Amino acid sequence: MGPLSGVERFDAISRLEPVGGWGRHPVRPGRVGRPARLGLPADDLPVLPRGLGRAYGDAAVPAAPGGRVIETTRADRILAFDPATGQLTCEAGLSLADMLRVFVPRGWFPPVTPGTKFVTVGACVACDVHGKNHHQDGSFGMFVGRLKLIAADGREVECGPSAERELFLATVGGMGLTGLIVEATLRLRRIESPWIVLETERMGGLEAMLDGLRRSAVEWPYTVGWIDGFARAADLGRGLLMRGRHALRAEVHGGAPRERLRVSVPMDAPAWLLNPWLMRGFNRAYHWSHGSRLRRRLVSYDEFFYPLDAVGGWNRLYGRPGFLQFQCVLPRAAGAAPVAALLDHLAAAGAASFLAVIKDCGPAADAYLSFPMEGITLALDLPYRGPVTETLVHELNALVIAAGGRVYLAKDAITRAEDFAAMMPRLGEWKAIRDKWDPGRRFRSAQSVRLFGDPA
Amino acid sequence: MKAAFVGATRGMGRALARRMAGRGDALCLLGRDSAELQVSARDLEIRGAPAPVTVATLDLALPSRFADALDAADRALGGFDTLVVTGGLFGRQAELAAEPARLERLLHVNFTGTAVLCQMAAERLARRGGGTVCAFSSVAGDRARRSNYLYGASKAGLSAFLDGLGHAYVARGVKVVCVKPGFVRTGMTSGLPEPPFTSEPDAVAGTVLRAMDRGCPVVYAPGPWRWIMLVIRALPRAVMRRIEF
Repeated sequence: MGPLSGVERFDAISRLEPVGGWGRHPVRPGRVGRPARLGLPADDLPVLPRGLGRAYGDAAVPAAPGGRVIETTRADRILAFDPATGQLTCEAGLSLADMLRVFVPRGWFPPVTPGTKFVTVGACVACDVHGKNHHQDGSFGMFVGRLKLIAADGREVECGPSAERELFLATVGGMGLTGLIVEATLRLRRIESPWIVLETERMGGLEAMLDGLRRSAVEWPYTVGWIDGFARAADLGRGLLMRGRHALRAEVHGGAPRERLRVSVPMDAPAWLLNPWLMRGFNRAYHWSHGSRLRRRLVSYDEFFYPLDAVGGWNRLYGRPGFLQFQCVLPRAAGAAPVAALLDHLAAAGAASFLAVIKDCGPAADAYLSFPMEGITLALDLPYRGPVTETLVHELNALVIAAGGRVYLAKDAITRAEDFAAMMPRLGEWKAIRDKWDPGRRFRSAQSVRLFGDPA
Repeated sequence: MKAAFVGATRGMGRALARRMAGRGDALCLLGRDSAELQVSARDLEIRGAPAPVTVATLDLALPSRFADALDAADRALGGFDTLVVTGGLFGRQAELAAEPARLERLLHVNFTGTAVLCQMAAERLARRGGGTVCAFSSVAGDRARRSNYLYGASKAGLSAFLDGLGHAYVARGVKVVCVKPGFVRTGMTSGLPEPPFTSEPDAVAGTVLRAMDRGCPVVYAPGPWRWIMLVIRALPRAVMRRIEF
């Protein structure tokens, strides 16, 4: 609309603003443009695609201060939908929140959803996100039939599981570094109601938790465990096991769930707010407030999948220094020992997490940098306290490497290049394909500078 | 509602059209770029607007073609009962001041084109018993400021026109809604520094839709701008000249 739009004049439509991940460490200024039609500026300066900024670390932070960031959120149109098959084609900036608003009332659900609905489809592809159904259904990329990208040279390219397969496998989980994703086609899942049948059960320790996840995985499409990161010794790994499935029409009495009240954190909390005493108390109370009996109830999909979305800007609770999220997956073959070792190490370092989540993953995807693999994934928050926290992450990474596991790039801000290389057996293949499509590293991020040696 | 809609492809227009689609209003999209209009038409159909959402060519700078576009909307909708105009041009003060051709075009589109179209639509609606005309003006039209008076003047003219249009047609069943958004995060304002009370297109759309349903003659979005502008309108000229604003 009007002469100021269009990517040709990126600098005119963009603004210098602080750009950080959800963990708010690191943050650096970037020139952020939000075009309604996605494209690359006419020159060949580096750019970084970004969605709703829910990656925790530096994945969507520009490679250099003042670097260009193309935020895709205004390219959010639905291009086609087939109500017979659930096949949806949309622009890359469509958020899952918008998708849910449109499609849940009609009986369709995203095939895979991460723990927030404030993510774009483009980001779901670029991070190859996983959800509580990974053990049965795999990651987001497995439901994508076609992608349209704008490559580094400005050409539009279509790719998918069969056409331009290499590019597709490098783009799924490729953190936006192979091209600007502009469109995606994916399959939605049929549901009969917006409600979830939820069962929760208290687990006394790690073995019980892992066993509970394994048993539940057979019949339940969604499983996850919350663990009390402060518990030690025999209690280590204790927590609540949650399993859910979409409720059938016949199981639901009454209509659609009520819109949840959303509250927002109005400002940065003081850094001492989430202190160990409070967090220990909260975790203990949360654990014991659930009785020993199995509980079963109906909850809305919002409550089940997106509990934290009810609190806008909850990341500000960690105060101005921000926080890191550490998420790793450890191969099933390694057993419970490395999981216990990680939890022990954290507790010993006095860095136990306010929220710690555990989940079992199914088989890995074919995509080269896809995070999940058959095994156990752990996710936890670490308030950022400077070098101490970074050292802790490196120590945790060493345990992960020793166990044959890996960390999740959508969360990472700290991992060293050599450590990441030791975790990802197919990194070389991915790099070769990236070399082919973007030899000049037009697409780069703070993360790609750190992990792949891109020029800043 | 059966609405002819100018500006549904972007920004606040996109958000408003989506809300209308979501509740099942029939839409005919008018605009310059027919490929863009088609993409938005599919988006709105999937979001609940009765299919097909049709499109027709309309350029706010070419009033001689308006009748054709309104005819097309009438045919597609079986007689529209609502006209929405969110489209318009924006320019920064310095650029408009330096480029007379651009200034002329902006004044022509935002005032002349929009006023002629609303006048024609109001007459059509009145002849068939009534309807709604909703056009997007701006808080910038409430008081001329040195930093923004060229764009502001185009919107001041539009606000005055819409006010009069409402008076003239109320007896014939036509409700006129003048929307005055404050600073809203859209492509139009990208790159500009954000003042307090900046809002999102969808929030504005919700406010506007309620105003259209009630036939509210003037609506500020978001609401606090009504009071901010009340104060700014009341400032003496001597004060306006003193402050950098």
